[in-house]
Amino acid sequence: MNRWSERMIEAAIRFSGFVSIAFVVMIFLFLLTEGHALFRVTGLTDFLLGRNWHPISTPPQFGILPLLLGSLAVTAGASMMAVPLGIGTAVFIAEVAPKRLAGILKVGVELIAAIPSVVIGFVGMVLVAPVVREFFSLPVGLTAFTGSLMLALMSMPTMVSIAEDAIHAVPRQYKEAALAMGATRWQAIYRVILPAARPGILAAVMLGIGRVVGETMAVMMCTGGAVAIPSTLLQPVRTMTATIAAEMGETVRGSPHYNALFAIGIVLFLITLIINVTADLVIHRGRRDSP
Amino acid sequence: MVAAQPDIRPKIRSEEWSVWYGERQVLRSVTLGVRANEILSIIGPANSGKTTFLRSLNRLIDVARGVRTSGRLYLDEEDIREAREVEALRKRVGMVLALPAPLNLSVFENVAYGPRRHHIGERARLEEIVEKSLRAAYLWDEVKDRLHVSGFALSGGQQQRLCIARTLAVEPEVILFDEPCSGLDPISTARVEEAMIGLKKKYTQVLVTNNNMQAARVGDRTAFFLMGELIELGETRAIFTAPKNQKTEGYLSGRFG
Repeated sequence: MNRWSERMIEAAIRFSGFVSIAFVVMIFLFLLTEGHALFRVTGLTDFLLGRNWHPISTPPQFGILPLLLGSLAVTAGASMMAVPLGIGTAVFIAEVAPKRLAGILKVGVELIAAIPSVVIGFVGMVLVAPVVREFFSLPVGLTAFTGSLMLALMSMPTMVSIAEDAIHAVPRQYKEAALAMGATRWQAIYRVILPAARPGILAAVMLGIGRVVGETMAVMMCTGGAVAIPSTLLQPVRTMTATIAAEMGETVRGSPHYNALFAIGIVLFLITLIINVTADLVIHRGRRDSP
Repeated sequence: MVAAQPDIRPKIRSEEWSVWYGERQVLRSVTLGVRANEILSIIGPANSGKTTFLRSLNRLIDVARGVRTSGRLYLDEEDIREAREVEALRKRVGMVLALPAPLNLSVFENVAYGPRRHHIGERARLEEIVEKSLRAAYLWDEVKDRLHVSGFALSGGQQQRLCIARTLAVEPEVILFDEPCSGLDPISTARVEEAMIGLKKKYTQVLVTNNNMQAARVGDRTAFFLMGELIELGETRAIFTAPKNQKTEGYLSGRFG
């Protein structure tokens, strides 16, 4: 009897383990079946490097370079703001802030994750965009920069909580040893604690960026939606995610446009997959190196 | 023979030194002196305050939150509590911690870490310091051919002697040992103790240990702490053979603690 229930539980656990993998594989297969038909109409190079996204003109053009660069611009902008800020916050919470303040900050940063992305998009559109427009004297405030600002905010919870855990996990002796040798608090943080926590911090950065790449609603609302190759962050752009979300409702099922949106989905999937796998490798390499 | 003669100026002196963590008092009015070039062992059960006393001497207790102290602490008649730069104090009062904690750097860089912090950048000078420190810690012969492997690649005993070398590299006057052999096997422990005895020529050492035999082996004098109080301090042989206080005798014979 006991052995039987043991086996049942084991089977149930194994089933739940496989379910998530099965979902990932099935989603990827679904993207492939719906997306591959595009490549009968457009070549892979024309798709990835084409400068024109005119899905409903005749003949249609399905070049996603502007969308790729739009996503890249927004991601790069968000990372430049979020990475230093996120790591700084993590160091402050883990090493500098008094206990009570650290607790409040940690909860506060994690609360950002509870804000629905449409609300963040709304704030970006109504409050931040006009400020950006005024400040840089632009014709419109809905730019890659505006989107980056909001995305930087959205990636903070992931980045801060993972980086903070990594810093917290550094053995206390490291810090005490550095201090006992006459290092200042900052020297101990910079030369001893951060290097020891580096794998975890890199993983935090990667997962934060992964969050930014995949985000849809907030960028759609804040970046202006113009399909154009940006030359600065202060221009309106359209990301891959926003394109799929905005156009999927208007396509005819099975049409080249429909297939093209799925093909974009494949590209997005691969990008986030690469980011996540890299983050994972970095974490595990770190584990192997340390004692 | 020289039992607490008033004319001997101790290297380190504490007067009615008390420490509280929050509401909890962990040291109660400890008064003692550490003589230059001696090894003073501090023994006592867990929560006796011995580690806190040690950490007071290089002000590492400042790191903890909510610490309050009273009394006085002197290093060469200078007030430790009023050291203007705590980093400079810690250069004079080095410390070796309970678990060997090499930094995630090469053997060479582990030892060079301290001198670099104190603005020694010249390669030849650093090499000289590293060799001298590793020799003094009785580690040089074992690692001279692999100075550039990670500190983690060494055995536990080697790591602990690496930490001693690292401490010596900043040329302290006093070395504090916080249970330096708690994770080591007997042979490694013997090596570390050998290094400590060799260091007596140049340094004043304070050893906190849970291992009474270790205190008996290396300590010139031994102090017994209990519940934050200094119960007895005397020549090591006297403490171990004829303790004056009943509590000391009880602890040493294993009746409690």
